[in-house]
Amino acid sequence: MSGAAVKLNSARLRFEGFSARFDLDLPAGSFTGIIGPSGSGKTTLLNLIAGFDAAQSGRILIGGEDVTGAPPAARPVTMVFQDHNLFSHLDVETNVALGVAADLKLSDAQREQVASALSRVGLDGFGHRLPGQLSGGERQRVAIARASVRDRPVLLLDEPFAALGPALRADMLGLVKGLHGQTGMTIAFVTHNPDDAREACDLTAFVHDGEIKAFGPSATVFNASGNSLLADYLGG
Amino acid sequence: MRARMAAAVWAGWAALTGIVTAAGAAFLALGLFAATQVAEQPVLFDAYLWRVVRFTLLQAGLSTILSILPAIVLARALTRRQRFPGRTALLRLLALPLALPALVVVLGIVQVWGQSGWANAVLKAAGFETGFNIYGLTGILIAHVFFNASLATRLLLSHLDRIPAENWRLASQLGMQPWSIFRLIEWPVLRAGLPGAASLVFLLCIASFTVVLTLGGGPKATTIEVAIYQALRFDFDPARAVLLALLQLSLCAGLIVLGGRFSGSMIATKSVYGWNIRPDVSSLWGRLADFAIIGVSALLLLLPLTAVVAGALSAPFAKLLGEPVFWRAVMTSVIIASVAAISCLVLTWCMLAGLRTLRSGQSRRVATVFTNLSMASASLILVLPPVVLGTGWFILLRPVTDVFAVAPGLVIMINTLMALPFAMRILQPAVTSASDSHERLCASLGMSGWHRFRLIDWPVLRAPLGLAFAFAMALSIGDLGAIALFGSEDFTTLPLLMFQRMGSYRMDEAAGLALLLLVFCLGLIYGAEGLARPRQVPGEAVQ
Repeated sequence: MSGAAVKLNSARLRFEGFSARFDLDLPAGSFTGIIGPSGSGKTTLLNLIAGFDAAQSGRILIGGEDVTGAPPAARPVTMVFQDHNLFSHLDVETNVALGVAADLKLSDAQREQVASALSRVGLDGFGHRLPGQLSGGERQRVAIARASVRDRPVLLLDEPFAALGPALRADMLGLVKGLHGQTGMTIAFVTHNPDDAREACDLTAFVHDGEIKAFGPSATVFNASGNSLLADYLGG
Repeated sequence: MRARMAAAVWAGWAALTGIVTAAGAAFLALGLFAATQVAEQPVLFDAYLWRVVRFTLLQAGLSTILSILPAIVLARALTRRQRFPGRTALLRLLALPLALPALVVVLGIVQVWGQSGWANAVLKAAGFETGFNIYGLTGILIAHVFFNASLATRLLLSHLDRIPAENWRLASQLGMQPWSIFRLIEWPVLRAGLPGAASLVFLLCIASFTVVLTLGGGPKATTIEVAIYQALRFDFDPARAVLLALLQLSLCAGLIVLGGRFSGSMIATKSVYGWNIRPDVSSLWGRLADFAIIGVSALLLLLPLTAVVAGALSAPFAKLLGEPVFWRAVMTSVIIASVAAISCLVLTWCMLAGLRTLRSGQSRRVATVFTNLSMASASLILVLPPVVLGTGWFILLRPVTDVFAVAPGLVIMINTLMALPFAMRILQPAVTSASDSHERLCASLGMSGWHRFRLIDWPVLRAPLGLAFAFAMALSIGDLGAIALFGSEDFTTLPLLMFQRMGSYRMDEAAGLALLLLVFCLGLIYGAEGLARPRQVPGEAVQ
């Protein structure tokens, strides 16, 4: 399955002490890094696309279809969180299998699919371990394996590698890039590390105070000298 | 600095020793008495005794099942419905029964479910004639379910609330159906909480005294706890009392060994859920079912309390207020309850302060030993229920002094130990979480002792401290177990006075006293919760 375009048309959200208004156009199959200070609304942006937050006005389109009021399961989206991506009492294989069938009734072919997804993320033979027996990096690999078997056109990653060391993070980013190359999914990737976006992402969006303040090819965004907010955020 | 640190640890060990001594002395007295005197007349295991044991286990087993099943249903409905008017009030109401005087609740339950109660009146008006008799097993079960279903609901809720929000997000993203959600998310969490909740309820029902004393009907519906009281106060048969006490003790101890630790917290946690985070709560039928469950539960909880208020409307308050014996009982109750609550808090604080000092120190092993010991000692009263403990001290002191001369001290001691598990359960999580964020800072600034308590601990912990104090005081002021054993003409508390009036069929006066006790306990608990506002929970900002 290939990617779908994601479009936010003045999607507004307001809650206590925070208000956001997003206009964004992610082309089908693009790989976008989302950066910005903490509390600026990066996660809210992903929540709006995934359906965990409701837009109070404006529209959200995925693949040209209006999904503004649709529940999360009805959207062609997978989201990977920073933590708690796995059910801790279910083993690795079952956690991935949930991505194929939420009632866990899998055909043999689908079991095969789960096994190969695990081997693609380098977790051959980990199927029967519990999440508690894995390292943080391994747990996130399981989440990525599940995202790959779900095979939805849009993949949202909410700082999934924030807790990992630099070498591991580069590994994981490679894994996501590989998945992108294979499937052509549209990927949006929130990171607090601008280098991730600069090096790995085709496009970069800069979020500040609940709005997209800069968006375009990563090289252009990072070289633009005119944006003082972005310059302040990046420092030096 | 080092010396002060040692002081906290020393106080902790002292508190621990005091508690263990109080319980251990009673235990030794029972054991010695049994070894020397009971052995000489070994005819005591008669049919009556076995009937009592059988009934104790039967009513506790049934009460547990009947409390846990609705608790599962209600806890699920409450986690599914995170937002509705009155949710917070209902959660508070669920925490209330344990703090209410059992005698008052029994009065309310009789008013609602008794032969000439509200339920029967409604049924009669509808044309149904029920020969329903509340005295005996039925009444005991109704009262136990009132107390324990709410407790179990709170315990299970605290487990369900611990499901991380991401799990719900995943469930909605993966499109899980209600059955999958129950099987894959809710049941594993509930299953983890069930053994603890069930064994706690079972233990509380085995040691239940007031409910069985007032609703039990004669020798057919008597538990060990009540049989001990009758052996001591009416039959003057200490040998039988000791035997029963030892039976009760081994029953409880065996259960604790089997049931293991109790988990779950009594304090409600706030879970913040966003928009359509759960996929299984939007259907109309689900909504109707959940609100029916919640509504019926609230009604069943409120009815007996309303009945207490309604029953007191015609109470002869002027007469009551004119009686010197009433005022003496008020004074006695307030003094006993205050002293018991203060000593309970001091003991708990000493243990927790010792604990956190040890935890930040070098020796992990000593810290672990102390943690286990203090948690176990705080729950000693579950192994040695009030009447058993009282019997032990009765046997111990009888040869030395007039037991009734030291009765106030004994009642205070027993009430203190009764409140310890609750105080510990309320304070320990709060102290631990505050300590995690403050311990090293305080150590580096050299803050300890009184200054630390005044400047750091009190502002952060005053809400749980206030709640623990209110809970301890409410438990003591409503207790009938210890005072029934040691009370006398000259030493009467409000519940005992109420019990005596019920015994002499002056129900209108009993109803008046019940209202006073109810108002007092409600005032304590809600007053303490008022102290907790504005809510500031340490460490809550960390997501």
